[in-house]
Amino acid sequence: MLFKDFDPLKGKRLEILDAEGNVTNTKLEPKIDKETLLKMYKTMTLGRVADIRALQYQRQGRMLTYAPNMGQEAAQVGSMAALDKKDWLSPGFRDLNLMLYRGVPLKQIYLYWYGNEWGNHFEEDMRILPINIIIGSQVAHAAGLAYASKIQNKGEVALAVIGDGGTSHGEFYEGLNFAASYDAPLVVLIQNNQYAISTPRRKATKAETLAQKAVAFGAEGIQVDGNDVLAMYVAMKEAAEHARSGKGVVLVEAVTYRMGPHTTSDDPSIYRTKEEEQEWAKKDPIARFKKYLMDKGYWTEEEEAKLDEANNAFVKETFEWVEANGAATLEDVFKYTYAEMTPQLTEQYETHKKFLEESEGK
Amino acid sequence: MAVLNLVQAINQALDQKMEDDSRVVIFGEDSGYEGGVFRVTAGLQKKYGEDRVFDTPIAEGAITGSAIGMAVNGLVPVAEIQFDGFVFPGMTEIVTHMARYRNRSRGQYGLPIVVRFPVGGGIRALEHHSESLEALFGQIPGLKVVMPSTPYDAKGLLISAIEDPDPVIFMEPKRIYRSGKQEVPEDMYRIPIGKAKVVKEGKDVTVVAWGPFVREVEKAAELLKSQGENIDIELIDLRTINPIDEETIINSVKKTGRFVVVQEAVKTYGPGAELIALVNEKAFLHLEAQPTRVTGFDITVPLPRGEHFHFIQPERIAAEIKKVAKF
Repeated sequence: MLFKDFDPLKGKRLEILDAEGNVTNTKLEPKIDKETLLKMYKTMTLGRVADIRALQYQRQGRMLTYAPNMGQEAAQVGSMAALDKKDWLSPGFRDLNLMLYRGVPLKQIYLYWYGNEWGNHFEEDMRILPINIIIGSQVAHAAGLAYASKIQNKGEVALAVIGDGGTSHGEFYEGLNFAASYDAPLVVLIQNNQYAISTPRRKATKAETLAQKAVAFGAEGIQVDGNDVLAMYVAMKEAAEHARSGKGVVLVEAVTYRMGPHTTSDDPSIYRTKEEEQEWAKKDPIARFKKYLMDKGYWTEEEEAKLDEANNAFVKETFEWVEANGAATLEDVFKYTYAEMTPQLTEQYETHKKFLEESEGK
Repeated sequence: MAVLNLVQAINQALDQKMEDDSRVVIFGEDSGYEGGVFRVTAGLQKKYGEDRVFDTPIAEGAITGSAIGMAVNGLVPVAEIQFDGFVFPGMTEIVTHMARYRNRSRGQYGLPIVVRFPVGGGIRALEHHSESLEALFGQIPGLKVVMPSTPYDAKGLLISAIEDPDPVIFMEPKRIYRSGKQEVPEDMYRIPIGKAKVVKEGKDVTVVAWGPFVREVEKAAELLKSQGENIDIELIDLRTINPIDEETIINSVKKTGRFVVVQEAVKTYGPGAELIALVNEKAFLHLEAQPTRVTGFDITVPLPRGEHFHFIQPERIAAEIKKVAKF
């Protein structure tokens, strides 16, 4: 029903919590227990602090290129909270909060951005594919995860996460069409954060919404206020169940805003205005969720102050651990090209190892 | 023992692996119901069902990309690309993801995938149907690249490829799909990836070829014999393009002191260049003549009315061998 009621072709967008944190659609307000709501909130706030600190560490010359998520916390956490533990995530590269909510330790994600592949080695039960830098491909990978789930009757949904920019990519279309053709349980979340680096959404496609692209695949599509964590949760819950029950693929467009730069190398002041940024700041996903929790009596300013302190201390400690443990070894850079090193790789490795040892000896 | 052509031998390998391992799935454009345009997968959908042997949309990016997700989630995908020249839209997924997944995830996700496709010329086809892409794939860390020269080898190499923990590009020389038959054992045997085969021992010149050109070198040898030349060729079938079996090649060159490599692919930056560099690096002091190559030209594969200029005839191979032997 949700997909019929919120038809993107009719200009509908799902919203439950408005920018001030008031519930505007009580009928659709999800019944989420206190513990889960607080886990969601704490993940979002930790994600925010981790982003801000990562930018600072980069400015200090301690961190390499980093892609911040600020502003997109609700789109990510609302989605992940609605999935089962057994569901797969095929991420892009701006998906910190999705991973944190699932349980990936922050130190690992920091390690990745610090420049070490071990940051991409997620434990088996995380069910997360490695961070994907080539935008679009993750949809094709998720189509394969979903197909495998279907024919092995595993009941797992595969969630691919992409940005508005990524929807221009071939594999976005190919992957969706592939999965839709077999009713494979694929859900694609588009985090429409308005910009593909500097190129605004309106220049990427003439389509009125990204959600309506679902029509072409025979899939369901829904546009959601991506800064509304409750709406995201409701949409993703419905999408996952739809896909899981064999009814087909769902495309969820979260309308959100990248409050920070594309990456640490980017200067958004070149392509967007202060006014625009200030407008979106008023729609901050964390502020409105906090208000909702306080209205429910689940959260206080005292707890907020404590959490903020704890988050900052934890992030600092985490990054210091990464700095101390982030170096790569010669063996590591050779060892994982194949299951077993080929004779060529063994020779190259041994030769270079010897060379380094001899150089150090001099 | 059954006498099979290359198509039948590959079909048998696929059939036996599907029977043996329920995780194996086969898919590609027209690969399911029809059994592929070359009928390599004929009969398999009927036997194993539409979930495990299926037709895909015409979308090579989805074929190679979804194979990655399938492999992560418990399947052993054998993806078919219809023709060599159609692999390029799927190349992004192969090169930027499939080949790198194990390394990218520091060993978390190895991908047991086989990507099969027909390669090379010889069937008088349209554009994009006659490409030799060994070098392109051979250069990608994380991929293994295999090309069989006989039905017997095709079966054994394909079984090894499906059982390999890493992605294998399995190139099927279409010009010999049906041109030769051979006794192929019924049992599930394996030919190791990364090992070349000395097809014929000899003391004068080492000639390395693979795929359809193993037979072409044999023809060249017969030609030389008929011309009264007494050149004792050591013929090596490379079998695996990457990783190269350096040992077999170097041991041979140390014995013969002379080296010729034959490839249909374009000359510049081709596999022959790599093999000659190898010989120079590891057998230089044993060489009696400069190592040489017989290759396609640095041109787009011509359409059928001009392709005979590009494709290598036994006469060209014979002439080169003679030149090197008499240097």
